[in-house]
Amino acid sequence: MSYRSNLEKILSENKFAITAEIGPPKGSDQNKIKDKADILKGYADAFNVTDNQTAVVRLSSWGGCFILLKMGLEPVMQITCRDRNRIALQSDVLGATANGIRNILFITGDHQSFGNHPSAKGVYDLDSIQLVQVINDMRNKGIFQNGEKIIAGKPEVFIGAATNPFSEPFDLTIDRLEKKINAGTDFIQTQSIFNLDKFNLWMDEIISRGLDRKIHILAGITPLKSIKMTERMKFHVPGVDIPDNIYERMKKTINPLNEGFDISLELINEVKKIKGVHGLHITALFWENIIPYLVKESGLLPRT
Amino acid sequence: MIITKQKEFNDLIKCIAKGPVFIIGCSECATVCHTGGEEEVLSMKKALEKKDIDITGWVILEPACNLQKDKLLLKNHMNTIKNAKKILVLACGNGVQTVAEIIKDIDIIPGCDTLFLGEIKHANDFVKTCTLCGECIQDLFDSFCPVARCPKSMLNGPCGGVKNGKCEISSDIDCIWDIIYKDLKKKGQLSKFKEINKPKDWSKSIEMRRTI
Repeated sequence: MSYRSNLEKILSENKFAITAEIGPPKGSDQNKIKDKADILKGYADAFNVTDNQTAVVRLSSWGGCFILLKMGLEPVMQITCRDRNRIALQSDVLGATANGIRNILFITGDHQSFGNHPSAKGVYDLDSIQLVQVINDMRNKGIFQNGEKIIAGKPEVFIGAATNPFSEPFDLTIDRLEKKINAGTDFIQTQSIFNLDKFNLWMDEIISRGLDRKIHILAGITPLKSIKMTERMKFHVPGVDIPDNIYERMKKTINPLNEGFDISLELINEVKKIKGVHGLHITALFWENIIPYLVKESGLLPRT
Repeated sequence: MIITKQKEFNDLIKCIAKGPVFIIGCSECATVCHTGGEEEVLSMKKALEKKDIDITGWVILEPACNLQKDKLLLKNHMNTIKNAKKILVLACGNGVQTVAEIIKDIDIIPGCDTLFLGEIKHANDFVKTCTLCGECIQDLFDSFCPVARCPKSMLNGPCGGVKNGKCEISSDIDCIWDIIYKDLKKKGQLSKFKEINKPKDWSKSIEMRRTI
């Protein structure tokens, strides 16, 4: 069996996979990515480079992915529907795969009004589910969205998508995941998990519908760094569910870095026991150097 | 004026599938466009009956996009509306949704496609002139709107595709930039062309606010 990427191989062999996020800089200095990558090398199987996340202009995802490739790290490129129409989306996937990017995560994207260019015109020609279907048809059927044949090389891409187990209504989030699976998604990375009870309920439903056998699920983990960050995520970031007990712990502690680390470690140890979870996606916003410690302490990597 | 076009009759029949049907028209734009006035509602009634689809009744709203007026008018028709399995609305996309706010438990079928906001040049001759972008900048362009009338919405046009004053995407379309140029030249204001027009602030568009 040949695999498109190392991430696909690890997940297909039923090993517990780790992906980690590398946020690209607001500028063209490649060292900003290299420095983070040096810290994280060996502590994840693949590395997401975000695509202008929260609609703030940064070094592009494919640009960041090329830097990782040159360093011998496996990237997960991200593509949002916010900034490109179907012509650019398909073209970028061809360009990325031609250059060795094999994992791509497709998302609709945060609305431009949230970012630092609120006067921008959003594109949203396709949504994430449509985009996954288009790329899946390019990969499997060798056709573009218009039905024309791909002449020279289908894009060999391991298709990722995102999902939020904490959004409403509950049933619809799972129906939507099912749609993403049917559209051709191979793996999903979830919204950061803090509310274990809710995540367990969600996973129960995933398992009862047999979806964990159709898609690889990487559970999102985000270490909390400060009370300020905790409050911003709890009260202002849409779709994040931080339960009161975690909020209280971060509020009361005199050492938020230690407390945030402990909470993450506890969450990792619980999440990895949940049936149907195939790996973790760790997003440490402006705190990437904590990831190696989390991965080592929880015994996830190196694999024995 | 909101310009609409009636959907293909065969597509409508497929959508309706089974009657009986109550038909709703609109006294304003759809009447002027001849897509949902009294004349069109009555000929739609006849055409559907020919296909063995019963019509329980019809009404022309004044206009369909006015929620409070619709409530009053539809009240008088509730008995015939209740007998219908489908409501066919011959109005713009707004009219369809205003009706749907009042009639909650019967399937509503849009009978028209909503095309654009435009000028009535002659009877049945409409031209798109505005995209409802939220911030009018026609003062920069001699009262012509390139956002609406240039297919690339260029603010520093024309592009390289203009030929004999026609647009590259179709020789049926006058290049609005050619028109602006000729007009400014006549007025001796060609210096306006030298200004670089800044990127447009799309956040002024009502798209993000929904209500005012």
